[in-house]
Amino acid sequence: MLPNFLQIFPGNPMASGITLILLAVVMLYLARTPAHRAIYSLSRVIHNGLRLMARSTLLVEGRIVQRNKEVLLAAGREAAERAIEREFHRVNDVIKRDLGAFPKMHHTISEQVTRIQEDYQQSAEVPPPPPTWINAVEAVAKLSGDGAASVNNILSEIHKTTAGQFKQTVTEYRAASTKRHAILSKMQPYWRKLEQTLEDVGKTVKGLHERARIIDSRMSEYEAIRAKTNPAARKLAASSMTQFFISIFVLVIAFGGAVINFNLIALPMSEMVGGGSYIGNFKTSNVAALVIILVEIAMGLYLMESLRITRLFPIIGQMDDKMRIRMIWITFAILFVLALIESSLALMRDQIAADLQALRQAMADAEVVASPMSWIPMVGQMVMGFILPFALAFVAIPLESFIQSSRTVFGVLIAAFLRFIAYVLRQLGNIAQYLGELLVNLYDLLIFPPLWIENMIRFGKTTSDDNSNRHPKDVKKQRTNRWFRRKTPPKSSASDHDATMKLTPELTAAKEEM
Amino acid sequence: MIRQTAGLLLLLFLLLAYGCPDTTSHARGVFMLLDTSGTYKDEISRAQKIIYYLLGTLQSGDSLAVARIDSASFSEKDIIAQMTFDQRPSVATRQKYIFRKKVDDFINSAKSSDYTDITGGILQAVEYLNETGAGRKNILVFSDLKEELAKEQIRDFPLKMSNCKVLALNVTKLRSDNIDPRKYYERVENWRKRVENGGGSWKVINDLERLDRILHN
Repeated sequence: MLPNFLQIFPGNPMASGITLILLAVVMLYLARTPAHRAIYSLSRVIHNGLRLMARSTLLVEGRIVQRNKEVLLAAGREAAERAIEREFHRVNDVIKRDLGAFPKMHHTISEQVTRIQEDYQQSAEVPPPPPTWINAVEAVAKLSGDGAASVNNILSEIHKTTAGQFKQTVTEYRAASTKRHAILSKMQPYWRKLEQTLEDVGKTVKGLHERARIIDSRMSEYEAIRAKTNPAARKLAASSMTQFFISIFVLVIAFGGAVINFNLIALPMSEMVGGGSYIGNFKTSNVAALVIILVEIAMGLYLMESLRITRLFPIIGQMDDKMRIRMIWITFAILFVLALIESSLALMRDQIAADLQALRQAMADAEVVASPMSWIPMVGQMVMGFILPFALAFVAIPLESFIQSSRTVFGVLIAAFLRFIAYVLRQLGNIAQYLGELLVNLYDLLIFPPLWIENMIRFGKTTSDDNSNRHPKDVKKQRTNRWFRRKTPPKSSASDHDATMKLTPELTAAKEEM
Repeated sequence: MIRQTAGLLLLLFLLLAYGCPDTTSHARGVFMLLDTSGTYKDEISRAQKIIYYLLGTLQSGDSLAVARIDSASFSEKDIIAQMTFDQRPSVATRQKYIFRKKVDDFINSAKSSDYTDITGGILQAVEYLNETGAGRKNILVFSDLKEELAKEQIRDFPLKMSNCKVLALNVTKLRSDNIDPRKYYERVENWRKRVENGGGSWKVINDLERLDRILHN
């Protein structure tokens, strides 16, 4: 029912209602242009505001991406430097170990070569004496003695002497040959030794060659990182993600170890700090056990830092070697003492647990039965108590990895989140714009009778191009179409195709504006 | 510079001293009253099981006392054994063995009393538990809750037992309860009102197979 003040025709609400609707339609028709402008203004304000916010978000995202890249490249550069440094250290070690003794080795080789040379000279074959006495024999043989006995005697003597000398010469020759062979066989070990030495040198040189190849590869990676190339950044990002998940996995394992360790020492700690005292809502014995575990982890961190395995505290890494070695020994000693304490606490835990078990059995009037192999869990607990602190000390390595990689991973996640926010803002902006258009259309739908009459009158008359009576949106569309026509080149010319391609971004922007 | 350093040190000391004081006591105090009157004396072996259970459950720093309910229970003489267990678990275990021996000796030589002064026992329990400073105070009343007082005894006044949890264990039905069960309910209800009006909480546990519910809050 209509309220009284709206009843134009009292007693006839239908007539009053129709009259009111007609009046409202007329009013809305008259206010059409300013109403449309107001709706468009509102939607444009919301649209532009949201787009501005999206742009700002994207700018922030860009900064974060840039910062991530810088962090990643800096970390990668540091890692590459460390890798190269380590390779150089290895090369240095190889040179020190193998080639450091090169002068000595050179001396040995020279000595061996000299010996071989001497032996070779000694083993040279001595030529047999020239047979000069053959001529003398021939001369004696030509003497005309006519078979004189004296000549025969002489000849037979000569023959005897010759045969004797020949025999002696052959014997001497054989002896000399045997000596030469002996010398040559003595040369064999020298040759082998020389060969072995040269093989060792060859291996060392080959190893150095391998190292040089690895260094080259690392150097090229390093150069790529220094040049801040995108492939290098992508590779580092992938590596960082892998490191992140691996370090989380190892940290979870370490956490499990810490929990086991905690349970191992929490009960016996009550013997030391009291079982009934509390810090806040936590038992003091539990807090003390936790503190011991945390101290062990801290000592592990310092130890790894002093050993230069991790680089979480630059001040430790920068210490001089003497101080660093002292620190290694101190942290190791503390860790060792803590391990001993834990081991003894584990022993005490076993005794306390056995006492409690015996008490409960006694209170339940059950017979107290001792386990026949009760020493096995006791020893197991003691060993675990001793080993776990050292195992926890190695948490420093995955922790460093986690801290370094988490910077990149969280940076990537924040950037992705900002991108998503920007996308949502842009979409909201578009929705606001289209909602404005929807409202305008709904407005026109409400006043369709006068609009229909207007169109009838307009199309009945000669159409004029006067924009003053036209809707602002129509004017805007017309302007945009004109702008497009101006910007869009004719398709017939092939040479103009490039120009079309160049204008594409502008056209896209213009379309977005529409 | 020296003043600033001294100031910082003083601040640090104050923070350490008063920064996080633990004002709440986490210790449990349990006072068990054993009714030794009349025929209820026969039930005392069941109470022994509960005491054993308590000895196995209570930890270092907790307090336990066992007292009997006789003609005039508001007296330290009726306390059979009382102990605050040592902070060290090993010592506490030894104390529990001693406590058990005292209880066993009492149960073997317990005599029935003429009257049943439950109120006096509860007053004694509240006094003891307040002295221990326990954070959680439990009074276990092992009785049929039928109070029988000597003529001169005055017990009809309100109890003051704030933060005390009273557990009535093994509240057996008397012969008269069987004739008129309302008497049993009325008796239990009267005790509940007295305890709750005094600031305590009340619970009845008759199923002694579920001992874990005794100290479970």
